[in-house]
This record gives sequence, structure tokens and C-alpha cells, in this order.
Amino acid sequence: MPVTGFLTDSTLCIGCKACEVACKEWNDVPDDGFVWSGLSYDNTLALGHSTYRHVKFVEREPKSGCGGNAGERVTWEFSSDVCKHCENAGCLEACPTGSIVRTEFGSVFVQPDICNGCGYCVVSCPFGVIDRRPDDGRAFKCTFCYDRQKAGAEPACAKACPTGSILFGRLDDLERAADRRIAQLHASGMTDAAIWNPKETSVGGTHAFFLVRGDARAYNLPPKPEVPTTLLKQSWSAAAMAAGAMVGLSLVAFLTSSNSRRGAK
Amino acid sequence: MKPHIPETRLDEIRNQAALGQLDAKGVRPPGSPFPEANSYYGLPIVKPPVWTWEIPLYFFTGGAAGASSVIALTAQMTGASKSLIRDARWIAALGAAASGPLLILDLGRPERFLNMLRVFKPQSPMSVGAWTLTAFGTASAGAVIAELLRMKRAGDAAAFIAALSGLVMATYTGVLLGATAIPVWSRHARSLPIHFGASALSSAVSLLVLRGHDEQALNALGLAAAAFETYMGIEIESGDDVESEPLRKGTTGLTTRIGGFFSGPLPLALRLLGIRSKRARRVAAASALLGSILTRVAWIEAGKASAADPRPHLL
Repeated sequence: MPVTGFLTDSTLCIGCKACEVACKEWNDVPDDGFVWSGLSYDNTLALGHSTYRHVKFVEREPKSGCGGNAGERVTWEFSSDVCKHCENAGCLEACPTGSIVRTEFGSVFVQPDICNGCGYCVVSCPFGVIDRRPDDGRAFKCTFCYDRQKAGAEPACAKACPTGSILFGRLDDLERAADRRIAQLHASGMTDAAIWNPKETSVGGTHAFFLVRGDARAYNLPPKPEVPTTLLKQSWSAAAMAAGAMVGLSLVAFLTSSNSRRGAK
Repeated sequence: MKPHIPETRLDEIRNQAALGQLDAKGVRPPGSPFPEANSYYGLPIVKPPVWTWEIPLYFFTGGAAGASSVIALTAQMTGASKSLIRDARWIAALGAAASGPLLILDLGRPERFLNMLRVFKPQSPMSVGAWTLTAFGTASAGAVIAELLRMKRAGDAAAFIAALSGLVMATYTGVLLGATAIPVWSRHARSLPIHFGASALSSAVSLLVLRGHDEQALNALGLAAAAFETYMGIEIESGDDVESEPLRKGTTGLTTRIGGFFSGPLPLALRLLGIRSKRARRVAAASALLGSILTRVAWIEAGKASAADPRPHLL
């Protein structure tokens, strides 16, 4: 099976939220609250236990050059966020039940019949994607439409996207497509367009990666995400040290005090 | 009563609105440039822990039980009093017995708790913890049951296994928090296991003291633990990193500070007095137990506050 991925191209996104709707309907995801955030047109706000696609509305002061007319006070950019399906996935490593697995498509999948809702994946995801659904008790996130991919179909969000902003395909094909698209954008003057895919960090790259303009931090895409397993060695070493100290101190305490007791008597 | 707004303010508001840039507090009109530079409206990046009161309480019971089993073994090895060994074993067994239900209660699907034992994943502290608790619970219960049945050799063997797994019980919870994406926890990945280990040792000693054991060794162990807790408090207070802010600011900072005071300086002073005074040892024990519980609560709550802050991730 080829490893598949998502390339989300924010320069093509029109913020229609068709991906959010398609995902919700296909995967039968419950509502995630009906709130007016006041933050641009974004009332979804974040990925979560009942939000597998989230369109971000990024408003910025226009820079001279391409993007935004001179008279405009802000530029308005959109990008559809999704589970990154990390190469080294924090949630997958953390899962104590083996509920979270790597599928034949290279995606990270939560088996709902195994998950017991321990909540450890929630704090192990460096992107705040996976969460526990309170009324259900289990953890949920983007399934990468595992069921559809099994049947040879593309994920619901990619199919519903009207502008080709969400591209689905073989990961290596998408990476080449992204390079071509960047070259094209740079040639047309959008020199601030860049790929966000943290390959050089311990995450080791993501299967869902993004083409955004300017500072990716404006999209809450962290520049240096790290998978928490990198902390295991130092933390377990400290635990071993603490355990050793506990045994050592106890032995010393009992030996010296029994001596002093004998001395006193 | 009408608020005092000068008439000129209304002109100012109209002019600003015409420019699309209202600067009033709490007003963010659509179309205005968002003020949080290099962040998505300052919204959180990671998710807060979903854990409720059961988890900090489990950290306390599991830690105290684990350290108690270590005391039971070292006391036995050095020929300490039989009643101390027996009580330490009982505290380990009862603590383990309380720990299991607490962990199961916190699951989103408690009826599926056995799925924890489907696989063993050394790279998951949660998996290591689930297996350790299983081993510890069995061994510590075995130790006291064997003693009741007057099977000394079996009891000693079980107590030995309980102490080995007890060492993990007392410290692994620090790794559990440390090896996560929550900034305030991962920042302390190196110190949390020692911190929680010291807290566990202090609780075990305190329970034994309150049970009426007056060995100076217990007081000495409590002194060592309280000294480390005092050092930990100083380290937290003297830091100025953005990751550790929840340990210093707001409600979580206050809880950390109160928990730290009852775990560190107060029992340290009282246990120094306790070298001579029995009453000081008792008060120190009560203080350390309260401090241990508060400290565990503070770390979980600090994790929740830390998850809400996107700054550490965007540096």
C-alpha cells in the first residue's frame, strides 16, 4: 500500500468550510458547540474530539507587493487544519492499550473498539489534535477516512474541497507537487510562500503538511514541535536516580539509627 | 449610575470605527488586525489534560504505597522492628488497593480497564505504569496475605517484588508527566521523578510516624525528603522561564506554593525539632501528607494552565 498524505495549500483556500462539513457528515461527528468567537469568521477555533478539520482565518496587515490591495486594511488568508499524521506520532507512542495504530496508508488511527479513554494521548500530541469526547469517554481525531481509503476512495474533505486546496495522494507525489507549487508562487511574486513540514525535528515530518504564506506561527503551526518520547531517556534516568537514592538513604538511615539506638542502650 | 465618559471619547470611537481600528477594551471588530503577533489569536496549541481529581490522588496513594514497600524491605534488611515492617507492608498493600480503583475511575471507559494489559509498551510511561501497578498490587497484597497465613518465606519474596515495583511506583509518575507535550511538565522532565519520589518517601514516612512509629531512621528519611522538597521549591521560585509560569502565577502558582510550603520548609523545620520532640514529628507528618496531596494537585492544575498558553510552542 502506498503511503498517502494531505497537502493543504492555503493560497487556494477560500474559507468555505466545505471540508469541515464533509468530514462531520461522513464520519458522523457530533456537534462541537455553537459559539460566536468574534475571531474573524472562525467559530470552530481548534481541532478537537469532535472537530477533525478546522479552517483558520488569519488576518494580517498587508505587506507591500503581492497579496492584498493597497486600500485594504488586512489580508485575509485561510488554511484548513487537520491531524498531522506524524511520522513519529506522540499519541501513538503514548497509547497504553495499543488502540492507536499506524495503518497501511501510513496514517495514525484510533481504534474505537480498543480505546479506554485514559487520556494520555491528549497530553502527548504536540499539536493539540486528539482529545477525549466527554460524553463518549474515548479519544477521537481525524481517521484520515480510513474506511474510504480502504475502499479506494479519497478522504471526504479532499473530495469536497472546491478549489483543490486540500490535495490527497501519495505522499511522495504530494511532496513533488508542493515543490512545484512553491516554485510557481515564488515566480509570481509570492516569495513568502513556504512549506510547513517539521522534518528536521523529532517529529520526523508529517503526512499532512501545509503550504502557508509568511510566518507559519500565525496559523498556530509550531516551528519546532517535538515528540514527547525524546524526553523519556532523561526522565527515566532521573527516576532511576531517585529510586537509587531512596534505597540508599533508607539503608543508611536504618543502619545508622539502629547503631545509635544500641549505643544509647 | 452612568459611567463617566467624556463627550470627546464618542468622537474618538466614531473616528476609530471609520478606520476599522477600535481600541476599546474587549472589542475586536471583524476586520481589525489581530494583536497577537505570530500566533493564531493567542489560542492554545496543545490540549489540556482531561484528568480529574482521581489522578493527583492516585499519584499520592501510589507514591506513598510504593515508598512504603521500599521502607518495609530496607527495614527488614537492617533488622528493624517487626511491627514497623508489618505496618509498612500494610500501607503498601492498602495504598495499592486504593490506587487501582482511582485509575479505573478516571478512565473515559472504566469497563475497558483491562485493555491496559493488552500490550506492553516501554515507550509509554502510562503502559509501564499500568503494568507496574498490576505487579505492585499483586505483590504487596501477597506480602500481607502471606504474613496473615504465616507463610514467612512467601511473604518475604512478595515483599521483595513489591519493593522493586514500589521503586517504580514512587517515581514513574514524574516520567508520566515529564514526557508529554505540556510545557510546564516537559520542562521539568528531569526533576519531576525525583520530586515525586521525594514526595512519596515523605508521605510513606509520615504515615508510619502517625501510626506510632518513633524510629529516628524515619525522621532522618523525612528530613532528607523535606530537604529535597525545599530545594525544589527554591528552584521553582527562582526560575524565570515562560514554561514554568503556572507554577508561580495565578491559582495554580498559589497551590504550588502552599503545597511546597507544607512539603518542604515546614516539615524540614519540624523534623529537625523532631530529633528530640515526638510531637514535632507528628505535626511534621501531618504537614508532609497535606503538602504531598496539594503538590500533586498543583502539578496537574499547572499542566492545565500551561496547555492554555501557546507561547512556549511558538518561540
